[in-house]
Amino acid sequence: MDLPTPRGPLSEALVAALRTDREFLGVLPLTTGHDTEDGALALWVLHQLHYRDLAGVPDDLEWDPQLIRIRTVLEHALESRLRARFSAPSGRTFTDDLLTWVDEQDGHSLATYVHRDATREQVLELVRVRSLYHLMESDPTAWVVPRLGVRAKAALMELQYDEYGAGDPNRLHHHLWARGMAACDLDPSYGVYADNAPFEVLEQNNAMTLFGLHRRLRGAALGHLAAFEATSSLPSRRMAQGLQRLGLPAELVDYYTEHVAADAVHEQLAVRTIVGGLLADEPGLEEQAWFGAFTCLDLEDRVARRMLTDWGVLERERVA
Amino acid sequence: MKGYEHPETIVCPGGPLLLRGRHVVTGRDGETHETTRPVTAVCRCDRSALFPWCDGTHKVLPERLRPS
Ligand code: FES
Repeated sequence: MDLPTPRGPLSEALVAALRTDREFLGVLPLTTGHDTEDGALALWVLHQLHYRDLAGVPDDLEWDPQLIRIRTVLEHALESRLRARFSAPSGRTFTDDLLTWVDEQDGHSLATYVHRDATREQVLELVRVRSLYHLMESDPTAWVVPRLGVRAKAALMELQYDEYGAGDPNRLHHHLWARGMAACDLDPSYGVYADNAPFEVLEQNNAMTLFGLHRRLRGAALGHLAAFEATSSLPSRRMAQGLQRLGLPAELVDYYTEHVAADAVHEQLAVRTIVGGLLADEPGLEEQAWFGAFTCLDLEDRVARRMLTDWGVLERERVA
Repeated sequence: MKGYEHPETIVCPGGPLLLRGRHVVTGRDGETHETTRPVTAVCRCDRSALFPWCDGTHKVLPERLRPS
């Protein structure tokens, strides 16, 4: 993928050094006092080194000690921002109460807006920014597999097997998404629309990669997965109906229709067998599982608010 | 070493029945449907738009209409 357009001095220096002299000593001091959006973009680029080719950047920089140092500083800042927003629900057990707790949260919903009101151009913009995640759907969670005990590992693979098409490349979820994009005449190559992604979307993607990459955060990764799956089935149906209302291509509708049935299964598995299996072996990770679940819903609410604000929807609702 | 439980069916309180592996499920009019995923959620609330599969509709039903 091509490197995105920098958003401040830190991402500017990082992108320039990746492109030219590969001398990163001067980048590290810029990680203090940087603007959060600038830092989020820099971290997103550093995370991409672990997933794919960056045009003009040698592969071995993935494990460059100076880049890892910069990544660590930015990840600590991200984790502190996420932690500062979180408080664990009291008197609740993750495996018994997660689904009820999720139902009680009432964050802003892009699916509800797409269902009835969004314009075609707004939906296409949403597809562009969602592509940062959907084109690598489930990949951050795949990193968690070797860090788990027997039960949780088998359970996570049972879910991931379905996410990755159960052996059929045509059913692989991020490929279904790529086909949906292509049918809308959008470019499904990874990272093409990174410049369209607002800060909240970068933060959301960085949080998933942070949880996936660090063994220490495996509880948060699986808690995040459970909340993600638990907020997918009904919203996916609304998305599918909204896309049909606007006459958008069947391939994109298919992606959402697939998620209605798939995630009705996945939410149950994620809570009962995956997080259930994890906590049976490592009960001390319960608080972390809640942290992951909270972060998932909190970031989705912030992404929705940002998009609805940019479209003037929240402003109109306040006036009405 | 002890083995782990790995049931072929799991009842989810208030929600679907999970089925592992290949099964044939009978729909409302007696027509048969084969499962296609590694694990399938079968609707128990009778209100799914994808019946006999669960589509999450049980979550928006009042408590008394949810399967026990
Ligand atoms: S049990 Fe889920 S829709 Fe009926």
